[in-house]
Amino acid sequence: MLLFVEQILNGLQLGIMLFLMSAGLTLVFGIMQVINLAHGSFYMIGAYVGATVTAQTGSFVLGCLAALPAAALTGMVVEILVLRRLYERDHLDQVLATFGLIMFFNELTRIVWGRQPLFMDVPAWLAGSVELIPGVPYPSYRIAVIAVGILVGVLLYLLFTRTRTGMQIRAGASNREMAGALGVNIRLLYTLVFGLGTLLAGLAGVMAGPILAVESGMGESILILTFVVIVIGGIGSIRGALAGALLVGLVDTLGRAFLPLLLRLFFSPAYADGVAASLASMSVYLLMAAVLVWRPRGLLPAHG
Amino acid sequence: MNRKTLAITGGAILLLVLPLLAALLDEPYLVTLFSRILIYALAAVSLDLMLGFGGMVSLGHAAFFGVGAYAVCILSVHGFEGTPVLTWPFTVGGHESALLLWPLAVLLAALAAAVIGALSLRTSGMHFIMITLAFAQMLYYFFVSLETYGGDDGMSLFARNTMPGVDLADDRQFYYLCLAVLATFLFLAHRLVNSRFGMVVRGCKENERRMKTLGFPTFRYRLVCFVIAGAGAGLAGALITNQTEYVSPGLLHWTRSGEILVMVLLGGMGTLFGPVLGAAALLLMEEMLSIYTEHWMIYLGPFLILVVLFAKRGIYGWIAGGTGNHG
Repeated sequence: MLLFVEQILNGLQLGIMLFLMSAGLTLVFGIMQVINLAHGSFYMIGAYVGATVTAQTGSFVLGCLAALPAAALTGMVVEILVLRRLYERDHLDQVLATFGLIMFFNELTRIVWGRQPLFMDVPAWLAGSVELIPGVPYPSYRIAVIAVGILVGVLLYLLFTRTRTGMQIRAGASNREMAGALGVNIRLLYTLVFGLGTLLAGLAGVMAGPILAVESGMGESILILTFVVIVIGGIGSIRGALAGALLVGLVDTLGRAFLPLLLRLFFSPAYADGVAASLASMSVYLLMAAVLVWRPRGLLPAHG
Repeated sequence: MNRKTLAITGGAILLLVLPLLAALLDEPYLVTLFSRILIYALAAVSLDLMLGFGGMVSLGHAAFFGVGAYAVCILSVHGFEGTPVLTWPFTVGGHESALLLWPLAVLLAALAAAVIGALSLRTSGMHFIMITLAFAQMLYYFFVSLETYGGDDGMSLFARNTMPGVDLADDRQFYYLCLAVLATFLFLAHRLVNSRFGMVVRGCKENERRMKTLGFPTFRYRLVCFVIAGAGAGLAGALITNQTEYVSPGLLHWTRSGEILVMVLLGGMGTLFGPVLGAAALLLMEEMLSIYTEHWMIYLGPFLILVVLFAKRGIYGWIAGGTGNHG
């Protein structure tokens, strides 16, 4: 029971990370119709800048405050220099160009920060643990991550439904030409949306810093999971991203934790562990295949 | 003789005399490097069948490459040790004969392609790219979790496979075998692209709805094209295992799929000889840049972006001229 609650919380925490990544990316996919493989690079930039500033100043908050604009600004510069030229091109060109961006950023971090991974400490004021349910201590840091994720979700909801910018973004998504004709500066809007997406990726990156090792190429493993989330949720849909992210986070975490126990009931421990390891690592992809068969456009598609 | 035939003949002659050239220059390493180029060229041509002719942008082609490679390696190692691969539900022994293993690798890769293709082709566009990528990554994690076969570290082949009349352990003979395989594959691909089947697949790329209206079961045609491409990659995988005598999950990693895709684009998409040139160009460029700097990717990345933005037709289109639309 204790293990179960803990694993559910771990699943939620992974889900929140994935939500931060996929919310930004699904917007880029849905609104600009651009497939962006380099989203993980901004996650990585957020993590590296956050880790460096935290190490220099000793303050995790300052690290976060530096990571967010770093990721957002890099994102906007990349949008202006490269992606803007790809909006009218086919998906293949977008894949290849953003693949080139990944190579560039991975190598750049290796040159600037070296090949050794950086490690970030959990800030002292979040280092303890909290008993959410009596008898189940859970690290405060991970609870903070979950809380930040929920906060971001609420802010995004308010941004899209309650503000003028949000309305313009939605208008740009459903009909680019019409929104442009009505006086919305589409180019600026796209740059801002891209910056918002990379800001969220940078936030996910800096928050992942104390949990994972900060290293070159760290963006790719989460990028693929993000794609799975977006396929499951439906391209362009933030609600879909939230549902998909929580689903993927829970399935992945619970699969890894409980499949070995489950299979041990039926097979010898050695065999069960082997099979469970394979199955658990494939579980989210099997989930995606199932969703595809059932609903090819995702669970909560964006438009109609 | 037009530019195209000139370019192709020139390339073929260069590849034929390469081992002699390597001996003259006293650079035996060239033979190994070009074997690798030929193998990747095979993988790139197979991807181009589906990408350039079928319009299916797959970012998971390395999966089939890896499946072929692992199939050969696992069966060979069991053959060498004399242990069974499977004991349940029936006993399957290992083997070391290329004539048995390579077709089997092709078959297994085709099977994987059939399953992945059947699921992925339910979608198109952006979805298709992400889904092929995700399935390839699933197979990657599958091989990572296969502890019996080395897991993350991969496994070594004790010796190259055996083939009557050819000594695969000899680098030069192996090179010529790769060349023969690639030439045969190019010939078959040429026939395929210009056959009725090829026309239908190309038609689906141009306008799938119209092909459907004309009464073609487009899903089936595209799936068969996907499977053929996967089978070609599986064959390339069987060759790479023998060339490096080592397999690891890295063969299936998605960056590998990306590299194969880059080869196709660099050489010229929608042509048959373009991907061969692209494979040569990319691998030679990697080789040369890595002499000067270990950070060669910092140059390759922006170079790739520039190619995408400004040089769409690839090296082959540049050398051979013309529309670049024909095999």
